[in-house]
Amino acid sequence: MLAMHAPDGFLAPGVAAVTAVISIAVTWLSLRMVADNLADRYIPLAGVTAAFVFAAQMVNVPVGAGTSGHLLGGALAALLLGPWLGSLVVTVVVLVQALVFADGGVTALGYNVLNMAIVPAFSAWAIFGAAKAVFPKTRGGVVGAGAIAAGLSVVLAAGAFSVEWLFGATAGVPFDRLFGAMVSVHAAIGVVEGLITGLVVAAVLNARPDIVEAARGVPDLSTSSRAVGMKPFLVGAFLAAVVLAIGVSQFASSSPDGLETVAAQQGIDEAARQHALANGVFADYATDGVGNETMSLAVAGFTGVMTTLVVAGGMLVSARALRQQGMS
Amino acid sequence: MSGPHRHLHLHGDNPAARRAPEAKLAGLFLFVLLVALTPTRWMIPIGAEAVIVGLTVAAASLPWRVVLRRLVTITPFIAFAFLLPFVVSGPRMAVGPLHLSQTGLWNAFGIVSKAIIGASATIVVASTTSVPDVVTGLRKLHLPAVIVTIMSFMWRYLDLIAADSGRMRQAMSARGYQPRWLWQARPLANATGALFVRSYERGERIHQAMLARGFDGVMPEPSRTRPVTGTDWAISLLPAVGAAVALIIGAWYGS
Repeated sequence: MLAMHAPDGFLAPGVAAVTAVISIAVTWLSLRMVADNLADRYIPLAGVTAAFVFAAQMVNVPVGAGTSGHLLGGALAALLLGPWLGSLVVTVVVLVQALVFADGGVTALGYNVLNMAIVPAFSAWAIFGAAKAVFPKTRGGVVGAGAIAAGLSVVLAAGAFSVEWLFGATAGVPFDRLFGAMVSVHAAIGVVEGLITGLVVAAVLNARPDIVEAARGVPDLSTSSRAVGMKPFLVGAFLAAVVLAIGVSQFASSSPDGLETVAAQQGIDEAARQHALANGVFADYATDGVGNETMSLAVAGFTGVMTTLVVAGGMLVSARALRQQGMS
Repeated sequence: MSGPHRHLHLHGDNPAARRAPEAKLAGLFLFVLLVALTPTRWMIPIGAEAVIVGLTVAAASLPWRVVLRRLVTITPFIAFAFLLPFVVSGPRMAVGPLHLSQTGLWNAFGIVSKAIIGASATIVVASTTSVPDVVTGLRKLHLPAVIVTIMSFMWRYLDLIAADSGRMRQAMSARGYQPRWLWQARPLANATGALFVRSYERGERIHQAMLARGFDGVMPEPSRTRPVTGTDWAISLLPAVGAAVALIIGAWYGS
């Protein structure tokens, strides 16, 4: 679902407005950070790399048995260009896709930009920073940490979409079911995203290690060091994805569908409640038919807080790094 | 490769194509905003909004076939909507052999109608406005100048970089590369990495060329723009006014 651009009216107007305010604020901040650090050099660079992201998204990646996927590119842009410029570049891509290709709703830009540009770029940067601290300070370490960051950033973006659904659901699909489905599917998509992102970063490191923002300050970028081979990475990533998917679906099914026995009674006040809320800007469908509401809200809260912390962490870490660079 | 040629602009002269881009974009945004705000069960306003979009498609003399083909981008969400009558809880109603959720049917109707109306309205504007005009319109509507400039650079180089990518893949398949499984994806990733390096270096060269021509951090205003007239605004805002009237009538009748 995330890989595609949500159309107009897919989330309630209140969520569209709130996410638009967040996206505009972060984009404004990104513009300031980028302008401070790259002067006017970034303007053509951002334009050309935005075209690159667009072109990279059109490359079909074989997955197996005749199916194929494609790169989302938010994490890749952050790793290669740094999170501020990376997020800005993907934001422009999403904007052009909406206005020129009618791909994604014009009033859905707030959440489309947030989920496809801002959350992937900054969460990938934060996770990359954490993974890099554990991995060896070599080329292989950068590639491995980048792959893990890209894979997890996709899952986090799926989580962000689920939390937005909690506040702005336009259909009676409860949060826990949507969350379970979104995270499971995106755990698999994340394996592909992580693998391709890692390999692309490795390829760029071979040719121009000096331009890869993620490799800044890494002493040993020689090609001889390799943290993980491709097959071990794939096997490990698939295992992790399966564990994640099973864990999440356990939670989703822990709200028993047996609740539908109550649905008959609930249907009455549900209809009444919906009438009152239908005009509201924040729809409340997402708690309909949830078996364990406390549990569901706890998971939603945890996901929301985690995503916010990781994204904010990515911003803080890179902002501090940029300031130190500026001083030295 | 359909690639960058997917973009929607069709050359032609019609009442929609003649309007100034900033008026069209503002009209589009207001109209789609009102569509998104329309409550799902208000059949009269939703019907009216669908008719308004239909009229703008006719006014822009867009073939229906073209609009339908462009609507492909929303099919995943339509598929999601078709699942809703089966998975949403609540009172059921019999439709032929199926027992469908009433709430689910309403949810599906809301998502599908808004997605189709919103996307069709955007298709009308995108099909009647050239991309440089879209960029000019956004500039006139006071989108930050830097964003607008990045957009115009992106558009300037998109065809070129996508063609570069296409040629790389052609060369790879000429050498017999036909990947079928994920673990065969490394050459694709290598090509994507090479594409990034080429794009990045092109960005550096463009900047040097700009500096050589006296670029001082501010892009010059494009000279070729025509002033927006009252007629532009009147015609471009017509769909939004129609949707607003429909919403008021809907509120009056209580549904």
